[in-house]
Order: sequence, then C-alpha cells, then structure tokens
Amino acid sequence: MPRTSTYDCPVGTTYTRIPDRTLADAAGIGVAVAIYGVSFGVLAVAAGLSPAQACVMSMLTFTGASQFAYIGILAGGGGTLAAMGPAVMLAVRNAAYGLSLAPILPRRLRDRALTAQLVIDESTAMARAHDEPGAARRAFLATGISVWVGWNLGTLVGALVGGGLGDPRSLGLDAMFPAAFLALLAPQLRRSGAPAAACVGAVVAVVLLPFAPAGVPVIAALAGLVPGVLVAHAKATRA
Amino acid sequence: MALCGASYVLKAVGPVIAGGRRLGPRLRGVLDLVAVPLLSALICVQALGDGRRLVLDARAPALAVAAVLVWRRAPFLVVVLAAAATAALVRALA
Repeated sequence: MPRTSTYDCPVGTTYTRIPDRTLADAAGIGVAVAIYGVSFGVLAVAAGLSPAQACVMSMLTFTGASQFAYIGILAGGGGTLAAMGPAVMLAVRNAAYGLSLAPILPRRLRDRALTAQLVIDESTAMARAHDEPGAARRAFLATGISVWVGWNLGTLVGALVGGGLGDPRSLGLDAMFPAAFLALLAPQLRRSGAPAAACVGAVVAVVLLPFAPAGVPVIAALAGLVPGVLVAHAKATRA
Repeated sequence: MALCGASYVLKAVGPVIAGGRRLGPRLRGVLDLVAVPLLSALICVQALGDGRRLVLDARAPALAVAAVLVWRRAPFLVVVLAAAATAALVRALA
C-alpha cells in the first residue's frame, strides 16, 4: 500500500493518492454502516429478538436490507416463514454481485469462501469503482471488513441500548439508506450503458412497488440490464 | 438461521463457481452493469416506499440534498449524515 505523499500536500487538502482515498472512504462507509447497525439493533430488539439473536444474525447473515426486511415483517406480526421470502429475495442480488466480483477475489478456495461473506452492496460498489484488479480487490476487502466490523459493533450497541435511543425516524436514520445507495451508484454511472440501466431499473421498481411483495421490485429492476447492455453494445459497435 | 445459510450460499455461489474461469467480454459487460439497476431501484424503494405505498416524505428532500453533495463530490460520510440531518430537520419542523 503506497504511503501518502506529503512533500507538496498541506494537511487537510485532498491531494492524497487514490489508495488513501479508498481507505478513507472504506472507513467512512464503516462508520455510516455502524450508525445504521445501531438502528438495526434497536429495531431488532423492538421486534422481539434477543440482543444475542440480533448479534448472531448480523454476524452470519450480514446483509443489511435483508435483515431489515426480516425484522420488519416480524414486527408487523408475520411469522418466520413469511419473513424469509422477501429477505432471501433481497439477498439474491449478492449472487449477482458475487459473479461480477469473481475475477478479483482470491484464487484459493478457502480464501474465496471466507471473502465471499464480505460480498455486499457497499464492497461491490467500491470494487467496481476501480478498473485495475489490484485496486479493486483492495477496495473490496477494505470496505467489506470495515462494513462487517461497523455493522456488528452497531448491532451490538443498538441491541443493548434498545429503546433508549429514541425514534430512528425522528433522527432521520431511514433517510441514510437512499443517500448511501446514491453515493455508491454515482461513480458507476460513468460506465457505458449505466444511465439507461439505472433509469429503467428505477422505473420498474417504482411501478412494481405497490403491487409486488417486498424485495420483488428490486430484483425485477434487473430488467434495466437489457437497455443498459443494448446501449453499451451500440456504442461499442459505433466506435 | 436459515436466512444466514441462504444468504451465505448466494454470496459464495459466484466466486466458487466462476472463481477459476475467465469470463467472456460480453458476460463481463453484463456483470459490470448488474449492480447499477439494483442500486437505482434500492434508492427509489428506500426513498419513496412505505410498505407497499409510494409516499413523498422527509426522505425526498434528504435525497435531494444527498444528490447535490454527491454531484459536488463530497465524502460518503458527509453525504449520508447530511441526508439524516435534513430528514430529521424536516420532521422536526413539520
């Protein structure tokens, strides 16, 4: 890992090299995730899970949107089976992420199996922001580990603090999710075909939201890949 | 616990099956774009969704503030905290 070059860089400016920016971003994402980890811990306990159950779930499942969907349905009176469907649907995208990340993950099976647990929205997005495989792998690992630590520390704190934190909505915690996903999406929009894929995906999700079960609109948004790939292909053949 | 297992299998299936193989350029092109429509869908669902209803609440101005900050290349944490602060402020005023 190259060190920051300091000879012409006053402290506090942004003239640092890219790897340092990557580490700083990874740490920032970890802190942000820890904050919504706290809100997950609070909500999980409110939904009837014990603090230990909430912590084990965060360590082993480690898929924020799925976990929120799961406890949301539990809190609404749904059973374990009813909660499983949307939660697994929301996790299906990790399979797509895993496929797209496969070329940059370690070659040894044991290492691949370990790092596979770190395959999530944030680590995938950070990795995909880099074209060079080494930089992409570093970004993936730094973000994955940072998010895993943050998510679990946050869950532990939230589960122990319980209801003492106040209403997560009045703190604006729910607004952090779309903002975070927007910040993760933005660097990827430079890819050929990406704006078309993003627009169609968004429209599909919004149109389906009132009619489809939780999780389905996001999966169905993969339809946005069709115009995305067509546009990318058209641009490539024209060039 | 079943969710834990299913979640891990889904994450591992890509790396373990495709780990040793080289992917064709066309498949790479598709996979490079996979996260894009999913992320844009997550933004919409989490900013506008309330169960199965579409609502315009404090999350919308929060997302607008986040969009400006992303455009100005603000750090991730600033974007996320500004969105939370905006939503909290709007709800406090409402």
